[in-house]
Amino acid sequence: MLRAEGLAAFRGERLVFRDLSFAVPAGGALLLTGPNGSGKSTLLRLLAGLGRAEAGALLWDGAPLAEAPPAAYLGHLDAVKPGLSAAENLRFAARAGRGSIPGALAALGLGPLADLPARLLSAGQRRRLALARLVLSPAPLWLLDEPTLGLDAASVLLLGGLLATHRLGGGVVITATHLPLPLPGAEELRLGWQPG
Amino acid sequence: MKVFLALLGRELRLSLRHGADTLAALLFFFLAVSLFPLAIGPGPEMLGRIAPGIIWVCALLAALLPLDRLFGADFEDGSLDLLLLSGQPAAAIALAKAVAHWLTTGLPLLAGAAPLAVMLRRPPEAIPALLGGLLPGTMTLSLLGTLGAAIVLGARRGGVLLPLLVLPLATPVLIFGAAAADTVAGGLSARPHLLLLAAVLAAALPLCPLAAGAGLRAAVE
Repeated sequence: MLRAEGLAAFRGERLVFRDLSFAVPAGGALLLTGPNGSGKSTLLRLLAGLGRAEAGALLWDGAPLAEAPPAAYLGHLDAVKPGLSAAENLRFAARAGRGSIPGALAALGLGPLADLPARLLSAGQRRRLALARLVLSPAPLWLLDEPTLGLDAASVLLLGGLLATHRLGGGVVITATHLPLPLPGAEELRLGWQPG
Repeated sequence: MKVFLALLGRELRLSLRHGADTLAALLFFFLAVSLFPLAIGPGPEMLGRIAPGIIWVCALLAALLPLDRLFGADFEDGSLDLLLLSGQPAAAIALAKAVAHWLTTGLPLLAGAAPLAVMLRRPPEAIPALLGGLLPGTMTLSLLGTLGAAIVLGARRGGVLLPLLVLPLATPVLIFGAAAADTVAGGLSARPHLLLLAAVLAAALPLCPLAAGAGLRAAVE
């Protein structure tokens, strides 16, 4: 399980949150909500190890999170290379040998587009390609920043299935969102903007 | 190691797919060197004497060309975040980028230097010393360039800042490399200069990726 105690983080000169504590059990999910600029993305990057906490501790199963295997992180940007085909874009993510690239593409309904250069994909299809990396990741912790950005209703359902499978296997999902997500039983952490 | 090779393979596939970008540095090298006979006249004595200097300076400038995009593209599309989360230390990612830069830029420059030296009427017996200096020299330039590219990442107008940062660091390489090529024509041994070049490479090999890794970490924070 993931436990955060007394987290505080700066973004530039501004303190975005402090004294933030939460715990997510294995198989659990946490929804980060709050207005723009309330620190959702900052918190996700901090959990991924891309940012730095000014104060507080992050524990994974009682040990520091930094010593746990890296999390699977989906940011605002899709990290899709336009010059490579959809399948080639997943090749680096598939190095762990967990699942196959055609399987991951099929899980997001991208099977027929495998050999298409990614520059021809629509914004929603690129987002699905970025989500397909999660299927290939062995990480128990998924950190998703607005995962449904640009997705159609059918793709949101596919994502719901992926999230449910991951949680059934004991995985943890933490996601920032403004839209309703198919995450039954998820707890909500509301981040508020605090002046000063 | 497996991740390192996967990363290297990804870089090589990307540069193959963007072949025009990869060739640009080599074409710039050829064009820039060809300008010298036009500017200073085709006299073989003069050209043959200054050929190592021309080739070294042009190779140095050509190696700078692709550095701007070395991390820039990955930084802008979010790939750099994923690379840093691949479980590899940031220094290993920087080293893989430096190796990819050498394979796609340094090695073609090295291959192009010999015909250019012949074109500039360099005596054939003096060409091995030029290439022998360029081999460790281009490797060091790739490492220094990776360091510079990582440091200016995220800075406004980083592309302008980059040569200002890398060129002063590259001067020892240029001095020893050009001196190695020159001594042979004077009948002396190039060995001390080549050993000094190898020493610079040996120092840059661990230090540059470490510093570049720190730069990458700072850029994504």
